[in-house]
Amino acid sequence: MSKKLKAVIIGPGNIGTDLLMKMQRSEWIEPVWMVGIDPTSEGLKRAEAMGIKTCSTGVDGILEHIITDDIRIAFDATSAYVHAENSRKLNELGVIMIDLTPAAIGPFCVPPVNLVEQTKNLAMNVNMVTCGGQATIPMVAAISRVQPVEYGEIVATVSSRSVGPGTRVNIDEFTRTTASGVEQVGGAKKGKAIIVINPAEPPLMMRDTVHCLTETTPDQAKITELIHAMVKEVQRYVPGYQLVNGPIFDGNRVSCFMQVEGLGDFLPKYAGNLDIMTAAALRTAEMFAEEAANKTITLPARG
Amino acid sequence: MNLQGKKVTLHDMSLRDGMHAKQHQISIEEMVSIAKGLDEAGMPMIEVTHGDGLGGASVNYGFPAHSDEEYLKAVVPQMKQAKISALLLPGIGTVENLKMASDCGVTSIRVATHCTEADVSQQHIGLAAKMGMDTVGFLMMAHMVKPEKILEQAKLMVEYGANCIYATDSAGYMLPDDVTERIGLLRKELPKNIEVGFHGHHNLGMGIANSLAAIEAGANRIDGSVAGLGAGAGNTPLEVFCAVLDRMGVETGVDLFKVMDVAEDLVVPMMDHPVRVDRNALTLGYAGVYSSFLLFAKRAEEKYGISARDLLVELGRRGTVGGQEDMIEDLALTMAKEQGLI
Repeated sequence: MSKKLKAVIIGPGNIGTDLLMKMQRSEWIEPVWMVGIDPTSEGLKRAEAMGIKTCSTGVDGILEHIITDDIRIAFDATSAYVHAENSRKLNELGVIMIDLTPAAIGPFCVPPVNLVEQTKNLAMNVNMVTCGGQATIPMVAAISRVQPVEYGEIVATVSSRSVGPGTRVNIDEFTRTTASGVEQVGGAKKGKAIIVINPAEPPLMMRDTVHCLTETTPDQAKITELIHAMVKEVQRYVPGYQLVNGPIFDGNRVSCFMQVEGLGDFLPKYAGNLDIMTAAALRTAEMFAEEAANKTITLPARG
Repeated sequence: MNLQGKKVTLHDMSLRDGMHAKQHQISIEEMVSIAKGLDEAGMPMIEVTHGDGLGGASVNYGFPAHSDEEYLKAVVPQMKQAKISALLLPGIGTVENLKMASDCGVTSIRVATHCTEADVSQQHIGLAAKMGMDTVGFLMMAHMVKPEKILEQAKLMVEYGANCIYATDSAGYMLPDDVTERIGLLRKELPKNIEVGFHGHHNLGMGIANSLAAIEAGANRIDGSVAGLGAGAGNTPLEVFCAVLDRMGVETGVDLFKVMDVAEDLVVPMMDHPVRVDRNALTLGYAGVYSSFLLFAKRAEEKYGISARDLLVELGRRGTVGGQEDMIEDLALTMAKEQGLI
């Protein structure tokens, strides 16, 4: 029997398609279904051409195939509005839900910071925070591992072309969810998030700034060491993740200036913001598969 | 130019845009006394917020001396006739901030986006309109795209519920013809019940000329600030503008001598530095860079030894937009490394 866990992707947009391309290279996850709600959608046609089964009647349309196809993992790349229902229906059938929407009904997961914890607990719904969160929370966490962070602030600047209509219509959700992630996963007592959209052509690469205010004088050597180590951890699944400048120390302020280049699978390389989400989501699913293969966790029983 | 008999609503920016020039450190007492002076002078609208709008308090833009809520609660109850407005930039401020401002008695909200990104303002404009506020769509850095694009984005904001649209010269880059084209097209194509406004910066010394061009092209709301206190070389200096409008027969309802006195007696003594077209402010206007970058570039120059002018020119070349203040230190570090300074 293959060690790979079988998966369904919900939402055949840019994110879903990019995720599918990454998944086809995975040693641990096998994409089986792509689910949409519009039979004429480009995304479903693409998925079909890439050789996976498609369903155009939403999550309800695949429920009957979950057990027969032994689907164990679902990725939701739709919207926060429909996520809760999707998750409930699939969790009931023993499918682990990886949430790429800002719904955040399950615990946040930022792979190099708390993935091990989430998999060991067999969280049935994990949320991938936001692109800005994936790019910055590892840095906040690296600093809070050295000493208490009173305040963590992140600024994500992304190209206009890489921001989809879902994010635009509810941009507050980005700032709110990211700020919570900075606190809950990054370890800052108070978090703040800012997003700036830049329409320059050619599109600019995703860049992120992290500012932390430490409670006491920062231990410069230790923080620098942990930040560099954390960058390497993120690079394991996002090779284009880069510390451009910093850490800079100014009183109790610690600042890092990051750039995220994507792999350019379906989305162009400048869209590091989308790439870091799909890469983190896949990395999360792979960890569940590895743990299941090592028998450190037991997936929900099936007849 | 004949503007005789036109009516214009002036909107003072000294207590919001002026926060940039004061590194957001205006005291409550200063804020209240200036607002009262303006109220008494008949200024119909006054904006009170962090320079970067509601929720702007941050490492990135600067922590203010007091929260938006503290300023608003101090100023609003003191007003006899002036309406207090607040600025909100989606991506920085949220609907919670908007509700707080409304609870404090703010009746006009200005939702600002980069001139090509109006669709991030839907939830904020929608809510403000629903709450019955005077709801303004504020398209920043309007010099960067053609008038047709500004119109397209303005229509989105109107669809979300805005009752007034601004073309905003955040970089102080526009010349009068640029203003005429943009404001003229908005006035021609937007429904008659939608007001049109202009917000200028004085980086090329065009604050007054551009504002006059805006009125001629159909704008009926004009931003400025007493003594010009604002980002970069400041906004259109309102006392000067009032005198000019008076001479031209434009009705503003503002008492010229009283507004002059507020400028001279209250605002100028409070300035940390003369707000004028120095070489760096001039570079903003020349290179088309967001005006609030000025003091950040000056600080980066002091810290890393890269000239503020070089930084601003490069930021303009890269097409940076409002809100990208973090880019300034990042760029200064990169340039300092390249030049072997660090």
